[in-house]
Amino acid sequence: MFDLLIKNNRFTCRPGETVLDALLRENVNIPYGCRAGICQSCVVQSLDVTPPAEAQGNLKDTLKSSGHFLACQCVPEQAMRLKLPAQEAGYTDCAVIGSELMNRNTRLLIIRVNDAHRYKAGQFVNLQRSDGLTRSYSIANIPQSSGALEFHIRCLPGGRFSAWVHDELKVGDSLRVSEPQGHCFYLPDRKEQGLLLIGTGTGLAPLAGILADALAHGHSGPIRLFHGSREKEDLYWTEEMRELAKRYPNLSYTPCVSSGDAPEGFAPGRANEVALAAHPDLSRWRVFLCGHPDMVKNTQKQAYLKGARLADIYCDAFVVSTEAAD
Amino acid sequence: MSDSLYERIGGEAAVNAAVELFYRKVLNDYRINRFFDKTDMDSQLAKQKAFFTYAFGGPNHYTGKDMRSAHARLVKMGMDGSHFDVVMEHLGATLHELNVPGELIAEAAGIALGARSDVLGL
Ligand SMILES: Cc1cc2nc3c(=O)[nH]c(=O)nc-3n(C[C@H](O)[C@H](O)[C@H](O)COP(=O)(O)OP(=O)(O)OC[C@H]3O[C@@H](n4cnc5c(N)ncnc54)[C@H](O)[C@@H]3O)c2cc1C
Ligand code: FES
Repeated sequence: MFDLLIKNNRFTCRPGETVLDALLRENVNIPYGCRAGICQSCVVQSLDVTPPAEAQGNLKDTLKSSGHFLACQCVPEQAMRLKLPAQEAGYTDCAVIGSELMNRNTRLLIIRVNDAHRYKAGQFVNLQRSDGLTRSYSIANIPQSSGALEFHIRCLPGGRFSAWVHDELKVGDSLRVSEPQGHCFYLPDRKEQGLLLIGTGTGLAPLAGILADALAHGHSGPIRLFHGSREKEDLYWTEEMRELAKRYPNLSYTPCVSSGDAPEGFAPGRANEVALAAHPDLSRWRVFLCGHPDMVKNTQKQAYLKGARLADIYCDAFVVSTEAAD
Repeated sequence: MSDSLYERIGGEAAVNAAVELFYRKVLNDYRINRFFDKTDMDSQLAKQKAFFTYAFGGPNHYTGKDMRSAHARLVKMGMDGSHFDVVMEHLGATLHELNVPGELIAEAAGIALGARSDVLGL
């Protein structure tokens, strides 16, 4: 049992408990999203001791050296004096300028931002509601060209954030948007390299952004997009992507359906399996994997075994926090 | 004293290059790949990185006791000297592929061999 001190308040962290879990149990208001060390929305600062290395994960060096760490990844090794970030730190208020359904459960949400050039297609941001509820979503467009961020948000039944976006958030409302996060984006070097893009569900969001970015930079190598879902009704933008592939001869698009018989124009099977079967040798390819965490992990390893360099495999696992919604 | 093996071989960049080639060889080798966890690639890569840092005599915090406890699960799964030798084979082949001079390879192999009895729990 270690004490956590925040200003003049003392909380106890039980053995094996993370700082985030302890503070939530004590009803301290602290933002968090994935609980898996990915979204970085739970950053807090240690004012005295050096936090355990694994709790500092992939934070920027400047944050590490000033004692910042991820509350969800920190099982304390001693008592700590903590500083919580100000509620608004790192977030800007932004207006919703568009919201429309793309299929039976996925919504295109558009938010205006002032400094759009800082955000890259394929990165993600944390969106925060006024009560502090925070979730990560990937950037599906090239922000610089429209001054806005586009997201594809799938409504999970009972999902606190996603269902609220679908049912209540309206054009004109405002939402807090974090700094851009993550390294899953297009770098305009080696333009002749093949790009293999594999996504499940709303994993198409970052891929659509990366794809648009690559085409805008005049990427000349082959670009192969595989988008999969269980049923055809859970895919979206199939016509748009088919049109795009007609316009760019180096782009191919394969929508995949994994359950039952695939209708004409759709490949039967899981997107990652269909894609890997079509590419026995990936030694010169750049690979982007977005969507379901198991698909991403599994395919990362397969792509590596097929010869892709570790540095050429970009992963974005859409980890959904596993706690029960209360 | 002259530079450490770790520095002469190329430091962290050399470790990363070696891990890239080595882990692929190991995962493709039916003789030993069952000892390499099937799911979490990132934590496996971190382990391989620690292995090479160790073999290059670089900064690490291992004691013989750590080596024993880290590999105890694998010994239970049936890991023995023959598997250790296969890993040594891939270590050598990887460094050859990276054009590391023979005498440095021998030095690294010597360090790795030194951990044999701890790794195998002998
Ligand atoms: C880096 C990153 C990027 C992301 N990008 C996107 C994106 O672009 N688009 C997007 O839609 N999401 C994305 N996500 C997921 C997103 O952040 C939220 O986790 C998701 O929207 C659910 O939040 P929620 O508050 O609605 O659900 P919560 O209230 O957190 O509830 C989730 C609950 O739903 C359950 N659940 C999990 N999966 C399912 C399922 N398939 N069907 C039914 N129930 C389920 C869980 O067990 C859990 O209890 C991303 C996540 C990460 C980490
Ligand atoms: S990183 Fe801690 S909640 Fe996401």
